[in-house]
Amino acid sequence: MNLAEDVQLISFGLLGVLMIAAALGVVLLDQIVYSAFLLGGVFLCMSGLYVLLNADFVAAAQILVYVGAVNVLILFAIMLVNKQETFKPVGNRWLRQGATALVCVGLFALLSTMVLATPWVVDTTVVLTSTVVQIGKHFFSDYLLPFELASVLLLMAMVGAIILARRDFIPEKMATDTQDALTLPERPRELTGTVSDR
Amino acid sequence: MNSGIDLQGSFIQTLTEFGLPQDVARALWIPLPMVLVVIGAVVGVLVTVWLERKVSAAAQQRIGPEFAGPLGVLQPVADGLKLVFKEDVTPNKSDPWLFTLGPILVVIPVILSYLIVPFGQNLLITDLNVGIFLWIALSSIAPIGLLMSGYSSNNKYSLLGGLRAAAQSISYEIPLALAVLAVVMMSNSLSTIDIVEQQSGYGILGWNIWRQPVGFLIFWIAALAECERLPFDLPEAEEELVAGYQTEYSGMRFALFYVGSYINLVLSALIVAILYLGGWEFPIPLDQLAGWLGVSETTPWLQMLTASLGIIMTILKAYVLVFLAVLLRWTLPRVRIDQLLNLGWKFLLPVALVNLLLTAGLKLVFPVAFGG
Repeated sequence: MNLAEDVQLISFGLLGVLMIAAALGVVLLDQIVYSAFLLGGVFLCMSGLYVLLNADFVAAAQILVYVGAVNVLILFAIMLVNKQETFKPVGNRWLRQGATALVCVGLFALLSTMVLATPWVVDTTVVLTSTVVQIGKHFFSDYLLPFELASVLLLMAMVGAIILARRDFIPEKMATDTQDALTLPERPRELTGTVSDR
Repeated sequence: MNSGIDLQGSFIQTLTEFGLPQDVARALWIPLPMVLVVIGAVVGVLVTVWLERKVSAAAQQRIGPEFAGPLGVLQPVADGLKLVFKEDVTPNKSDPWLFTLGPILVVIPVILSYLIVPFGQNLLITDLNVGIFLWIALSSIAPIGLLMSGYSSNNKYSLLGGLRAAAQSISYEIPLALAVLAVVMMSNSLSTIDIVEQQSGYGILGWNIWRQPVGFLIFWIAALAECERLPFDLPEAEEELVAGYQTEYSGMRFALFYVGSYINLVLSALIVAILYLGGWEFPIPLDQLAGWLGVSETTPWLQMLTASLGIIMTILKAYVLVFLAVLLRWTLPRVRIDQLLNLGWKFLLPVALVNLLLTAGLKLVFPVAFGG
């Protein structure tokens, strides 16, 4: 045991405890804003774990994507939606909670069997070159299909977001048909067709 | 390979010669550069504040601070001391935890980013493989702190300021990252050391600004927007939002925002100097000059000279850029929020993409000049 290993062990323990505490906070706290901020803390702890695993690029990407983009967008959505709504108690609530618990326990069981079944023998003989180069090589050889599929998915999400943001493409009737509990208060817009008709 | 001064190596070697174990010597070394860099960053803020006040005064034909010390150089220290003694007010019905955590979350990532700023071949805290990418990632944490302080202040101006700050910094991060990507493509590495090395050898002619003029402009505009400097200081626009997210802050918590914004400005200027202005390189290639004069590269006094010139050059370039930012502040009017977002998404983003594509093409065609 030398100094570097001690530091690694202690930071692993610290990160793990912090992460579980923050994750519990995300689920259990009443205020949704606290949950969102704690979610950022969970992501930061995860990137710390990546650093401990020598995956420096993944750690930085985790901060950039999850903390810098996803979490900020979640906060944005929370702060822009200003809807006071009292929720009616739902009948047969135990059924939903039971289903949730079942799914959670099942997921936990699956993951733990995976953890126990995988042989965690790390090949330490490989000389660590730049992780960026390794990731790039994998992306363009054996992981090409998932990589491209993810990019197509992102493109679809972007097109969908643009269509939703430009209300003039969607007829107003279709938009008003849906329940307006979670929509933003907005003034109605004219369709592109109606503008040119005048 | 290891030209220049290796302070860490010699420090550890000296301590092990005194009989200390290797680990202890290394652990003793670790805090030294960190403390030095934090002190450097704070002193840099003091200098920047003084420069800002003096240049602003000159731009408005005033004298500016002049009584505290010669030419008013002690004025920023006096400002800081005043902030230390101010009452620390927490507004009514605010959220005390988030209210305290907000400014801290804004400052820490900025100071952490000094990890990757090199002042010489071996003069930086750590040479990370992901270097410049770490800076981009860390600078994306700050908007969370801004949102947090805007939300917790229980003030509509603060909330609007926080939301604007987050929107602005998310929008301008993309052109910023694309401009950096073009430079990274030329130097084949994310490490700041490699990026400067790739510009060395030809003096001022080898600097990236000649090969990436468009990228330089995009980066500078986006960096100003990330620092919330005029013309992009919408989150704290006085006429509209009182002071944006920092409206309710006073005392040391306000000082954290203040220090954070100036550290961020100096940091951005340093990064521009590293990416586009050759980092610690002198405008004339020094090692070739030494070669012509017949001085060996390993001569101690030459190494000392190049190392100190390197530090001076990095700081000088950064402060020229800070001076430019201050001048811009008094030259340009503030943009509107829609103009700001239009500029970011509809102009800078496509231009940055074209710049990236052109760099890739030029790299394939002229691998000698564009780092094959």
